[in-house]
Amino acid sequence: MDLLVAGVREAFRLLVTGDAEVFAILWLSLRVSGLATLISLALGIPAGAALALLRFPGRTLVVSAVNAGMGLPPVVVGLFVTLLLWRSGPLGAWEILYTPAAIVFAQAVIAAPIVMGITLAAVQNVPEKFRLQLLGLGASRTQMVRVVLREARLPMLAAVMAGFGGIISEIGASMMVGGNIKGQTRTLTTAMVLETGKGNFEVAVALSLLLLVLVFGVNWALTAVQQRRVW
Amino acid sequence: MPTLRLGAGLLGVALVAAAAAAQAPASRTVILSTTTSTQDSGLLDVLVPSFERQTGYTVKTVSVGTGQALALAARGEADVVLVHAPALEKKYVADGKLGNRRLVMYNDFVVVGPENDPARIRGEKRAADALAKIAAAGARFVSRGDRSGTHILEQALWKQAGVTPAAPWYIESGQGMGATLGLADDRRAYTLTDRGTLLAFGRRVALRALVEGDRALLNVYAVLEVDSANGPRVNAAGGKAFADFMVAPQTQATIKAFGVDKFGQPLFVPIAGKQEEDL
Repeated sequence: MDLLVAGVREAFRLLVTGDAEVFAILWLSLRVSGLATLISLALGIPAGAALALLRFPGRTLVVSAVNAGMGLPPVVVGLFVTLLLWRSGPLGAWEILYTPAAIVFAQAVIAAPIVMGITLAAVQNVPEKFRLQLLGLGASRTQMVRVVLREARLPMLAAVMAGFGGIISEIGASMMVGGNIKGQTRTLTTAMVLETGKGNFEVAVALSLLLLVLVFGVNWALTAVQQRRVW
Repeated sequence: MPTLRLGAGLLGVALVAAAAAAQAPASRTVILSTTTSTQDSGLLDVLVPSFERQTGYTVKTVSVGTGQALALAARGEADVVLVHAPALEKKYVADGKLGNRRLVMYNDFVVVGPENDPARIRGEKRAADALAKIAAAGARFVSRGDRSGTHILEQALWKQAGVTPAAPWYIESGQGMGATLGLADDRRAYTLTDRGTLLAFGRRVALRALVEGDRALLNVYAVLEVDSANGPRVNAAGGKAFADFMVAPQTQATIKAFGVDKFGQPLFVPIAGKQEEDL
């Protein structure tokens, strides 16, 4: 119990005194996971929508793969991305292993199936009759897709929240491809593991509280957008 | 779909950034693979910025278990190694995979256990004898089980003791030293720890240092260099610069003073230029 209290106190102290290292870590986590979420949206929304609207042989297999991918273990992604980015690996020439770009890469891979799966479900939820009606009223296929995505935008905000929430709190991949390098690739979660390993439990508790506040803040903003549009 | 266009734009930006990073000259970056214990001690947080200021290199410190640190370097995925498993290091040097092994510093390992000391090992002179007694008594012992330098030493000690440790009294944590101490404390078990981590955790655990001072418990750190032949894009010059820095007189003085302000005693003894036989 004493540790929780000490952790809360430490969290406030770090925030109030504007601890430069902690703020840099917070900012890096937010930037990396934010960018990774955007990339996963850019990949996942078109792919998810296409998968929902198109019919082709083997579709069930692809949909199952996407749904399974929503539970892709970060540590597996981390391992494979590490092997890809190794100097001796196929993408070694990029030389981005142990940089924030590598974490963005891995996190986008983790979040993309989540976004894809939720988009797929959201678009499929728009009644097929509605789509046929649009086409019947003379809408082009592109116009139809646009309207359907508009209809599905609220559940798709859930995709953003699930994607972002999944990767900001992810540790396995960030540790492996980022390396938890001080001042370069240390994120909230990897810093937490390090501080716990060092026995600085108060700092670890403080960092977890900051992570929770950050996740809550982002979700609160997105939820506000989502709920306002309902009316 | 403006969101889509924005997303696609950002994806483009990210790809361009990745491509730009790929073209940046890499020779200014040194990848140091080292152990979690050096990282956890905080020593590198002092030494690395000083090296970067002196030389203009940027260091990427990757802290993993000793086994992994050496394996990464042998594959050319790192430029220099700072580890503490002499037997394993010498094997890599003998195989021609790593070179120019130089001693940097040492601290020591301690066998810790619960206050009531069920296997009666307190004051035992040789660590191997203490482990033999623990095995004979069937008292719980927590092992790192992660091929770290600490784990490798522990295995050598069991071998000396002529015991093959096994469950149920032998518990493998598979975690770092800090977590392992916590587990040993919780199970009222014995374990082998480096002194630095024990000092850092001193307030948190009720474990007592029971066996110390055995020569076999010396924890010797060395730097090893990676050759360009080990793999593509190895920064051999940068790795050598870091190795040279670690044994330089000024760095050795910093190592000697490190930890005094926090723990009231130094965490490491600098030994650059010496051989193992001199210790």
